[in-house]
Amino acid sequence: MDSNGVVSWPRMPENMDAFALSPEQSQEVHVLAVDDSLVDRKVIERLLKVLACKVTAVDSGLRALQLLGLLDEQKMASETFVGLKVDLIITDYCMPGMTGYELLKKIKESSTFKETPVVIMSSENVLPRIDRCLEEGAEDFIVKPVKLSDVKRLKDYMTTKEVRGESQDREGNNYKRKLLDTSDVSPSSPPSISSSTLPSSPSVIDSPIRRLKMTSTD
Amino acid sequence: MDTNHSRRQLAAMKQSLFDQGLLDEQFIQLEELQDDANPNFVEEIVTLHYRDSSRLISSIEQALKERNLDFNKLDTLMHQFKGSSSSIGAKKVKAECNLFREYCRAGNAEGCMRSFQQLKKEHAALRKKLEAYFQVSRV
Repeated sequence: MDSNGVVSWPRMPENMDAFALSPEQSQEVHVLAVDDSLVDRKVIERLLKVLACKVTAVDSGLRALQLLGLLDEQKMASETFVGLKVDLIITDYCMPGMTGYELLKKIKESSTFKETPVVIMSSENVLPRIDRCLEEGAEDFIVKPVKLSDVKRLKDYMTTKEVRGESQDREGNNYKRKLLDTSDVSPSSPPSISSSTLPSSPSVIDSPIRRLKMTSTD
Repeated sequence: MDTNHSRRQLAAMKQSLFDQGLLDEQFIQLEELQDDANPNFVEEIVTLHYRDSSRLISSIEQALKERNLDFNKLDTLMHQFKGSSSSIGAKKVKAECNLFREYCRAGNAEGCMRSFQQLKKEHAALRKKLEAYFQVSRV
């Protein structure tokens, strides 16, 4: 750490401009993607770029926290990270070291990023896992492999949020409530869900938030 | 004339891969992300996948040589392998991964070894077919 307060790390991403520190640059959505799989990082990066998002992709929760300035030893230098713009954090669940869940908790515990939407991705369709993540404050849960429609839905959500501004409470509540609400079905994401492989709880079936992949071989 | 011919050949190859159950919708999803600026995206991803998965195959092979199999470790390795395969739409390989993991969870060493042999076969076969596919796509 330099004495002038600028924190530099050996492996910062080249596209630091994505962390818009000036208002003019803050138009584009900036997403921080976390996944230990190189293939998945490349795919999510491409998906987000196709939707005109700026992306920073890292391979671990630790590196994500580092970038966000949330590692313990960085907290003293938190002033340097004021203005760091991350509109969405999307993270894999199963990662060595720190899981996506643990990363989620750390983000939600922080004062700087607790309002930032965090989305969890997982190849495993485990309901208790999904519940845990949503309870911990995750905005959404995507079952892998990630498709363009998944990412598009997230982006729509963020854009809508900006437009709606202060009605976030309604929006925020709607998403969490959707888990239990059988009647609320979004027209843009038709729930093409067959009941053959579903768990016993019927209230979960209609929830578009879950993206339960009924046709997968899982 | 030539481009039309190779385009038709490409379409036929792809159809065949789907008909044989080797690829699923995720492959199409990836193709749809290609554009003039990124014309070889799928091939790049597939190349990365084979690099990663080769490493994982070696690790699994090593782990299977141990006297007392560490099923947790095997399952974790296979989970990674499966994830990568799933991301490129490798349907059959993914199914073999699931089978292997079932054997892991059952603590069935022989089952693991058998399904791993099958998995390697499928993995290699798909690789060859995709290489041929990309070769035609570059014409």
